[in-house]
Amino acid sequence: MDIDITLHVDGEPRSLSVDTRTTVLDALREQLGVTAPKKGCDHGQCGSCTCLVDGRRVTTCLSLAVAHDGAQITTAAGLGSERDLHAVQQAFVDHDGFQCGYCTPGQICSAAGMLDEARSGFPSDVTADLTADVVLDADEIRERMSGNLCRCGAYVNIVAAIGELAP
Amino acid sequence: MSNAIATRTLGADVGRRDGPRKVTGAATYAYEHPLTDPAYVVPLLSTVARGRVVGIDAAEARRLPGVLAVLTHEPAPELADTSNPELAILQSPAIHFRGQIVGAVIAESLEIGAHAAALVRIEEQASDHDVVLRVDHPDVFKPDDDGTDTAHGDAEAGLRAAATTVDATYTTPQQHQGAMEPHTSVALWRDDALRLYESTQSVHGVRETIMEVFGLRAEQVEVTAPFVGGGFGSKGEVHANTVLAVIAARAVPGRAVKLALTRHHVFTLGSHRTPTIQRVRLGADASGGLLAITHDVWAHTSRMKAYIDQVAAATRMMYAAPSIATTHRLVPLDVPFPSWMRAPSETPGMYALECAIDELAIALRIDPIELRIRNDPPADPDSGKPWSSRNLVACLRQGAERFGWARRDPAPRRRRDGRWLAGTGVAGSTYPVFHTPGSQAQIEFRDDGRYEVSIGAIDVGTGTWTSLSQIAAEALGVPHERVALQIGDTALPYSHVPGGSAGITSWGATLFGAARAFRDRHGDDPAPGDTVTAGAPDNPAEDAYAMHAFGTHFAEVRVDADTGEVRVPRMLGMFAIGRVVNPRTARSQLIGGMTFGLSMALHEEVVMDAALGAIVTPDLAGYHIATNADVGDIDAAWIDEIDPHVNPMGTKGIGELGIVGAAAAIANAVFHATGTRMRDLPITPDKLLRAHMALGA
Repeated sequence: MDIDITLHVDGEPRSLSVDTRTTVLDALREQLGVTAPKKGCDHGQCGSCTCLVDGRRVTTCLSLAVAHDGAQITTAAGLGSERDLHAVQQAFVDHDGFQCGYCTPGQICSAAGMLDEARSGFPSDVTADLTADVVLDADEIRERMSGNLCRCGAYVNIVAAIGELAP
Repeated sequence: MSNAIATRTLGADVGRRDGPRKVTGAATYAYEHPLTDPAYVVPLLSTVARGRVVGIDAAEARRLPGVLAVLTHEPAPELADTSNPELAILQSPAIHFRGQIVGAVIAESLEIGAHAAALVRIEEQASDHDVVLRVDHPDVFKPDDDGTDTAHGDAEAGLRAAATTVDATYTTPQQHQGAMEPHTSVALWRDDALRLYESTQSVHGVRETIMEVFGLRAEQVEVTAPFVGGGFGSKGEVHANTVLAVIAARAVPGRAVKLALTRHHVFTLGSHRTPTIQRVRLGADASGGLLAITHDVWAHTSRMKAYIDQVAAATRMMYAAPSIATTHRLVPLDVPFPSWMRAPSETPGMYALECAIDELAIALRIDPIELRIRNDPPADPDSGKPWSSRNLVACLRQGAERFGWARRDPAPRRRRDGRWLAGTGVAGSTYPVFHTPGSQAQIEFRDDGRYEVSIGAIDVGTGTWTSLSQIAAEALGVPHERVALQIGDTALPYSHVPGGSAGITSWGATLFGAARAFRDRHGDDPAPGDTVTAGAPDNPAEDAYAMHAFGTHFAEVRVDADTGEVRVPRMLGMFAIGRVVNPRTARSQLIGGMTFGLSMALHEEVVMDAALGAIVTPDLAGYHIATNADVGDIDAAWIDEIDPHVNPMGTKGIGELGIVGAAAAIANAVFHATGTRMRDLPITPDKLLRAHMALGA
């Protein structure tokens, strides 16, 4: 069964007809040609498909497109452009926080979403004091970024990149 | 050519040229090349480990709207060359492993394809299977491969004469490369020619293999791969998925087909590192001088094809001893086809050797760094050739200084901080300097004042886009901004697969050769359009010297005495890698290798169910690779090393050196922390706790 929906992708309204079994990730990649989010596992285990959906980081491979009619979706391509990088993207470039680049757009979106969560006071599993302001030290960054796998092993540089922007 | 410019270019800390494209998601991987109206291929896999397909009912699937075709072995797709059993898919009903391709659906969408795949009824008849590696397997055999076994001196006599011996057996499990981008092909068959967008470590390698399998001429096969989402050896050879994509493209000519293996599929079709059983025996005199080293290796292979990693290769050259003997034996099993994985031989082999050296040091009451220094060979013990450069000792000394090794109390299980037991360990690393000759490069001077440098090389994340630009600039004597590099396409001059960390070494030498030819023909002030295509001259030093990179790993671990959980707060790698083209990307590769090694030490194991012959960990929830929270501070550094023999740049490969020995350093640190020797990887809490209980700890 196909259903007509509209996704607001990187600020642009995009109307499309989706099979009700189509994920947000496949709708973006296969139907809209938006290939910044990647498919690494299709099971929500690797984080390569992470986008900001209505401002929150989401694994789009586990989200059905039909359930996201009207959603605001921001991919790494929407956060910044090659000539005008987002601060997170610039920090990743400066610290060489990637190698093959396949997990990178997901890491970027996850980092942007995670910084926002920390600013909003969300604790993590390693937060000692749940009532105090969040201080993003290296352990906090590692914990909060562990939904995004990187097989090239760029974690050390990813932590350094995000640390530069941490509140 | 100005030396000042040259010095600034090679060795400069230059950010990745493709960085902005990657962080914005604009870099285009195989699946993402925009094509009109593609069809989708969904593979059908066997569910028994050995047997045959006795019936296929695809009628219901074929009736499903949107299904274009169902491919099976009836009729078998025509292949020109079926000599490689891994690639000869759908040629017979025989099943050789669980997860083998036994059919495929071609459909208008992924969703329809997945639905149709579930509707195809495949009846399989199972035979008895065997997927368990053991040294006393009745089918064990000596591979038909030169140099499988080596022997210098009389090792048994050396062991008998030794004051102290170690005789230990280590095991490493089946491991999975786990590149984040699954194996992916987009194939278009049109007008008797094939266009492939491929996730591969070698565009020309794919072309050659596809030409053979399908009986095509070179001009009929174009392969493009500007960006590749990691390979780690799994995309070095062509696997069955690419053959299936081409068969499917041929079935719907004029229409592009897309085939991305799922994460599950990659575990059986994307190859793996074989499990190993390794017996290492060391004999030393009372002062720690090695008298004998033996290293016997058992690994599995597919019953259909012998594949061997020379796991004991490094043991032949790492330390000096009057007698050194190595053997390799294979056990053919009903398992998927093994292949290369990051430092295929040295990674498992050096895990065993470097743990055994640590055990010997403890038995002798000699510091493990001192023991290694005492046995550092002045020439290659295997070939007798002089080293082009060997700086293991410098790595040990400088690494020890930086890590703070001198303060270490060698006694195990002495440092407790609440529940945590702390310890440190060291291990050596080495990797050969491989050359793959025969690559060509084209250099053209353009009217915008830049040099277009073209070579069919690949960037799998190693930084080739950046480092080859730097090397070309150095060779031409211009700033790197004046180099426009083209890589990743068979339209470019021929290049070999960058296996064995040979990428920069071989491509770089090729660029130096081409640049010299360009200057010889066109001088320092060329006209727009001036072009040269050339390769590298032979390097006569290759036969005269033993060429290897070296390094040392230092690891600090903390072990939870109650749960057996191992944490690695700190690792330091100190390496001897010749000249470094780009310190930023080099450090990333070395740290990446060390992270891979940490993951191998603590997490990674493909669990094969003996009864079902099935991988029961075929995803990233079951097959654990290190996450961000598993990794602490890792740093990599290198000593100043000048090697005038290896190549014109003086570089040694670094993509694999960082993983070699890393797991041993962690295992040795776990012993130092707990007093428990863990010889079977990965070092998971269950094993450590069980060992503790056995010790009554």
